[in-house]
Amino acid sequence: MNFQIAMLLGQDGVTNGAIYALLALSILLVFTVTRILLIPLGEFVTFGALTMAALQAGEPTRLVWLLLALTLVDCALDLLAAFRSARGVRLPKWVPFKLGYALLLLVLVQNLPLAELPMAMQAILTLALVVPLGPQMYRLFFQPIAAAHSLVLLIVSIAVHVAMVGVGLLLFGPEGARTRPFSEAGLALGPVVLNSQTLWVIAVSLGLIVALFLFFERSLYGKALRATAVNRMGARLMGISPTLAGKATFALASLIGALSGILIAPITTLYFDSGFIISLKGFVGAIIGGLVSYPVAALGALAVGLVEAFSMFWASNYKEVIVFTLIIPFLLWRSLTSRHVEEEE
Amino acid sequence: MNTNDQPNTLLEVKDLCVAYGQVEALSNASLRVGEGQIVTVIGPNGAGKTTLLSAIIGMLGSRGQVRFDGTLETVPEVEVLVGRGLGLVPEKRELFGSMSVEDNLRLGGFMRYRRGDAYLDGTLAEIYSLFPRLFERRKQLAATLSGGERQMLAVGRALMAKPKLLMLDEPSLGLAPLITREIFRIIADLRRQGVSILLVEQNARAALRVADYAYVLETGQIAMQGPAHELADDPRVIEAYLGLASKHQEMLAT
Repeated sequence: MNFQIAMLLGQDGVTNGAIYALLALSILLVFTVTRILLIPLGEFVTFGALTMAALQAGEPTRLVWLLLALTLVDCALDLLAAFRSARGVRLPKWVPFKLGYALLLLVLVQNLPLAELPMAMQAILTLALVVPLGPQMYRLFFQPIAAAHSLVLLIVSIAVHVAMVGVGLLLFGPEGARTRPFSEAGLALGPVVLNSQTLWVIAVSLGLIVALFLFFERSLYGKALRATAVNRMGARLMGISPTLAGKATFALASLIGALSGILIAPITTLYFDSGFIISLKGFVGAIIGGLVSYPVAALGALAVGLVEAFSMFWASNYKEVIVFTLIIPFLLWRSLTSRHVEEEE
Repeated sequence: MNTNDQPNTLLEVKDLCVAYGQVEALSNASLRVGEGQIVTVIGPNGAGKTTLLSAIIGMLGSRGQVRFDGTLETVPEVEVLVGRGLGLVPEKRELFGSMSVEDNLRLGGFMRYRRGDAYLDGTLAEIYSLFPRLFERRKQLAATLSGGERQMLAVGRALMAKPKLLMLDEPSLGLAPLITREIFRIIADLRRQGVSILLVEQNARAALRVADYAYVLETGQIAMQGPAHELADDPRVIEAYLGLASKHQEMLAT
């Protein structure tokens, strides 16, 4: 291996690692706030990438029908809950807004000249389509069982993942897709040419990580989410609803997932079922952080990306094996150093 | 002590029942807290005092009626009641241990922040003047505080919401006598500022001294009730709750 190859692999590793880091952060965020291991996170990645590809091909993506269907179910449940509760007037104020949003997107997707839109608009439209699926997923599948044992939450999470993969096949078909790169230019640093997409991935990931940091450290809403993670009972006594916190974290997770999908779509060909393995690597990062520490999780995920890139060079057949074997020493180390805490609920 | 006979009712609980499986932890408990009053519920360990408070605020499922500030809650919901001005300082404090003292306090005002209440910083300053200790420690993590400071933080955090009624669950539990006295001084202070208080205590003597009206809860049922100073003179109460043991505690405390 010479310097050039090492740089190339390093570049690959950092690019993937940045994406894994984002996914690790969302897995951690969702887990600490809601105790749910978000297995379907990868589906947000593939849905984001494939929707972007569909838009670029000028197809009115079928995802919008999924959004509409979920919105209808969501609104129906809200109305039912409002009907059952004594305070009939309190809840449904969001119903017209939600329905209007889904219908607006339906009209936009059916009528806009999708392929001719500037890429930024396509990306925004993709996010507008995919991100609401996060809170809706929480509302439909997790809110009714929010108090359940975390094992039950995990099983439901797996079921949702499997269902989403099926839905993905239905919506996007079995073909893989790749999107156009954001820009063609590269940046030459001495003998190394940095791929422009790499720079985009790193810049957007860093920007997002800084934004998340500021949100959780500076704003009271971010602190309220952290408070829910630290002490659910205490947060409820402050009027911080776990339902709202759950929906908000799922929205953040679907935003990060879909954005990651848009970012890597020009680099890798993604299929309807590629999401799982990607989010699993983010999960390895989260495990390295002990499902507690955000910075360690992000660094761990970055390391996963680098290990993956270099093992591709030395032992490409064993790439996944090497990456997932990484988890074992960390699990051992964790189980030896951390004391076992009984689950509170 | 001046007992206002019939101030406006702030909280009215009627026939509240809570069952854990087959075991009835609370049966047909009824009580009333008037505006500006301190009402205390005393009783031995395991009588259902914490259960009572949890059921009122909606942490536990219950049967019965809870009417707070004029609205009947058929199914009390924590977030709704907190938003309407009911605060609870639970027995376990439930602080945000890995967050700073000031963040804990600010989160106490979360509901007001959501409504766009601009006076939050003012309230924060008031809390700091009530508990100068918290101001000194405002940058520290809540988990590093001592027992008494934690209790102050829990009370301060609840006060950030400017509750109409504050429910305190065993505020003196596990605290040194000096700090217990400090806590009861603050409870009396709060009443002077117009906060109504529902106080649940094992330290019956201190509770009866500060309260206007008192209930005695025994094995899930209201066994006795009356103006606090009358209950304090009741021979049954004296024998059961103000006996020698607590006399001894009392001497330590003063």
